[in-house]
Amino acid sequence: MPGLPPDGEPVPRDGSLPAAALASVGERGFGVYVHVPFCASRCGYCDFNTYTAAELAGGVTRESYADLVLDELRLAARVLDGTAPKARTVFFGGGTPTLLPADDLARILDGVDATFGLAEDAEISTEANPESVDPAYLARLLDAGFTRVSLGMQSAARHVLAVLDRKHSPGRAAQAAVEARETGFGHVNLDLIYGTPGERDEDWAASLDAAVAAGVDHVSAYSLIVEDGTRLAARIRRGELAMPDDDVAADRYLAADATLSAAGLDWYEVSNWARDEAARCRHNLLYWQGGDWWGFGPGAHSHVGGVRWWNVRHPSAYAARLAEGVSPGEGRELLADEDRYLEDVLLRLRIVDGIRVTSLAPPGPEKAARAVADGLLDEEAFAEGIARLTLRGRLLADAVVRDLLPD
Amino acid sequence: MMEVTYAPGGTDPQRIRNFCIIAHIDHGKSTLADRMLQITEVVDQRQMRAQYLDRMDIERERGITIKSQAVRMPWTARSGERDGDEFVLNMIDTPGHVDFTYEVSRSLAACEGAVLLVDAAQGIEAQTLANLYLALENDLTIIPVLNKIDLPAAQPEKYAEELAHLIGCEPEDCLRVSGKTGAGVAELLDQIVHQFPPPVGEPEAPARAMIFDSVYDTYRGVVTYVRVIDGLLEARDRIKMMSTGAVHELLEIGVISPEPIKSKALGVGEVGYLITGVKDVRQSKVGDTVTLNNRPAREALGGYADPKPMVYSGLYPIDGSDYPDLREALDKLKLNDAALVYEPETSAALGFGFRCGFLGLLHLEIIRERLEREFGLDLISTAPNVVYTVDMEDGTEVEVTNPSEFPEGKSAAVHEPVVRATVLTPNEFVGAVMELCQSRRGSLMGMEYLSQERVELRYTLPLAEIIYDFFDQLKSKTRGYASLDYEATGSQVADLVKVDILLHGEPVDAFSAIVHKDSAYAYGVRLAEKLRKLIPRQQFEVPIQAAIGSRVIARETIRAIRKDVLAKCYGGDITRKRKLLEKQKEGKKRMKMVGRVEVPQEAFVAALSTDDSAESKKK
Repeated sequence: MPGLPPDGEPVPRDGSLPAAALASVGERGFGVYVHVPFCASRCGYCDFNTYTAAELAGGVTRESYADLVLDELRLAARVLDGTAPKARTVFFGGGTPTLLPADDLARILDGVDATFGLAEDAEISTEANPESVDPAYLARLLDAGFTRVSLGMQSAARHVLAVLDRKHSPGRAAQAAVEARETGFGHVNLDLIYGTPGERDEDWAASLDAAVAAGVDHVSAYSLIVEDGTRLAARIRRGELAMPDDDVAADRYLAADATLSAAGLDWYEVSNWARDEAARCRHNLLYWQGGDWWGFGPGAHSHVGGVRWWNVRHPSAYAARLAEGVSPGEGRELLADEDRYLEDVLLRLRIVDGIRVTSLAPPGPEKAARAVADGLLDEEAFAEGIARLTLRGRLLADAVVRDLLPD
Repeated sequence: MMEVTYAPGGTDPQRIRNFCIIAHIDHGKSTLADRMLQITEVVDQRQMRAQYLDRMDIERERGITIKSQAVRMPWTARSGERDGDEFVLNMIDTPGHVDFTYEVSRSLAACEGAVLLVDAAQGIEAQTLANLYLALENDLTIIPVLNKIDLPAAQPEKYAEELAHLIGCEPEDCLRVSGKTGAGVAELLDQIVHQFPPPVGEPEAPARAMIFDSVYDTYRGVVTYVRVIDGLLEARDRIKMMSTGAVHELLEIGVISPEPIKSKALGVGEVGYLITGVKDVRQSKVGDTVTLNNRPAREALGGYADPKPMVYSGLYPIDGSDYPDLREALDKLKLNDAALVYEPETSAALGFGFRCGFLGLLHLEIIRERLEREFGLDLISTAPNVVYTVDMEDGTEVEVTNPSEFPEGKSAAVHEPVVRATVLTPNEFVGAVMELCQSRRGSLMGMEYLSQERVELRYTLPLAEIIYDFFDQLKSKTRGYASLDYEATGSQVADLVKVDILLHGEPVDAFSAIVHKDSAYAYGVRLAEKLRKLIPRQQFEVPIQAAIGSRVIARETIRAIRKDVLAKCYGGDITRKRKLLEKQKEGKKRMKMVGRVEVPQEAFVAALSTDDSAESKKK
């Protein structure tokens, strides 16, 4: 959960949704996100809504957290009142979900099942830090029904991990990925970050090779974003670290795409590569395809039937609201048609499926044709009526989106 | 009694003295005027404020007079033959800048004498010298006066020598005053009575009065300042403007002392104001002759000329929606400024604006500053240019006030305006000044030592070379000591070319310039380099070219942007991402499109500014 929450209108105390939103829940699928706002320590680049034990004085503890989420699940059941279909995906993110006992994650998952039901082939993912999992823990998750593990590897270079304040040793993440596969997880992801100050071309190449060697079926690679207010931002401002320029980031991206596709991992979203269609993260695809989900936990965002809302960020405030039987929603926005259209273009264009040219409002189709000529959209896909980014287009995706939208 | 002499309309010309004060900016004219107002008791202590006669904020801040003023003061001589006699002194203030030479000449024509006021710590400056020459041409009697004698740095002996040398008098003839303390001011007023001749005119002849200023007032309409030469103007007369034949009812007539006082009439030699109800200073032009409709004079007074713009610049609102406000503001300023001309203009790069003509650079700056300050407008102005005349091979003649009008076809000759410039400088900087003038295509016409330390250099220079950055260069090369004056003297044929700046192959009209062939390359390189730094990278490589016709003379390249994508976009990012996109799209709307290149407005503003020089000039 990045940055500050947007402005919006207040969420009703009971969390209720407009009838129109309820009428269309799950038309494009329904999923569940569970935010776990705990970390063992805070990383210098991170601006997510997460807290270390020392930062969390009073009230909320790791031990009581699962019960809080179960409380919000009851609220969701009241609000949705049976309108939601079974959940196709459940995703535990954070923070570090694996700082909770595996049994607690299992208990929350059971709660989700009891509230909404889980679809037959549901994807159940959790993020994990390499140093907070071991084979026993992973086995317990598998047993509870988890199907996918996503590990924060970031880099194979020690000095890069140091700049990022990551505590694990360079080899640990890949090793954890191997453990997950050996435990029986069919889908394992490694997260990588490129463009960290001090990272060299060869550091990045080594990181990619290590991820490929771990035999995972999914890799996410993100260009480092320096968020305001982080320790990393302060160090760069003070001149202690030098941010590489965007051309370096572009080169790293090209290196990632080359190495990963050579290893049989194909891009399916700007920053995501997978072995095959089954390996794609269906929960994230739900976001990109405009699906509905309920996000549980402090600071979590939800989207149901054209309403977006976000919970209060601090765990204590979150707990206090639930204790009073009040929705933890802090603010919401009801998306107008043009907002939904804009989101649709900006999200769908990021994925390999692209967007149908005929669904673009003028001057979209005409602009799309020019983007093809400029080498930003794929010519073959365009011939079949699909606007799909080329490799160069992926690097300029935001510019393409701005161009396709009406002025 | 005083009343008899003082009542306007019947003042004996023998008792009138009309004079002006010629001085450089900062040499203390306004302060001296303040002291005169006090010592003649037309302003009492309680009402006194500094720079009483300067009306506009800009005048006060910059210490220059843009519009002239005329104040009627009673004075009883305190010495000499006329000791105890009562007089009427009309002090006619003159504008203090080279751009307003014509107005200065009309103010001088309304006077019989001029007080040449020089700072006793600095000596005479070029503009003062130029105005002194103008005064001498008008046969004015000159009283040299050294001001600020109270300053520790004052060197009255040294500068008295210099003045004596210039006007051919004895150093002892230079009066010494302090506008600050009032020392010597009464003596000066006595000398004005003694030395300046009284006005001469025909009281019985058909009335003739010369307009030396015309000011628009929101409440009263145009207030016209006149000096009566012959006859009598009476309240309720119908007056006629001799240049146009237009007839106006005289609604009010009076004198300024220093607030307006209505009177029954103005007679020979008197100075005062007229109000006719016209709303635009163009109907009451400086230099024109006023006569009576029922008994008109046969011949107008000499010297009338229409103001002619010398420098043109495009003014554009930064926010396009301010265009109607800019038009309204210009319409208002025009009421008070007969020299300001403008017409709508469209620039592909800058949108809708106006092509404006000015008397000179200061005039441009003042108008721009007033538009921004008084009307709250944010403006971009294109680089100023002079007016060119192009003789085409087919015998036609094209006048070019905007580089975009420069004919593409074959031309036989291009004429550019030239000026006669006078530079006064301490002798140690003569070399630097000559070098500068040389580099601006100047020809030395003469050089004269005003004193052992100070030199007067006379050059002929193309006006175009002066309006760009010349004054700043002159100041910086002489540590601020040199001063400059110039006047238009005609035109010359020159080897001029139009340099276009092309962005991705598209010419950007706002950057086209007419320059001498020898400086075309430097102009092209400078602008291309500047633009490369100012224009953000685009999705494609953007060449910036400077070209004369189809010949490219300089080139820069803006590398294509390679990455413009947010790495992460998950559930919690979507709202933020959408808002960011909306903001970016808003920003895109403010971009000006040059072909396919998006150029931020700020890039135009920055590229058109002459680096820091535009700023430093204001200080």
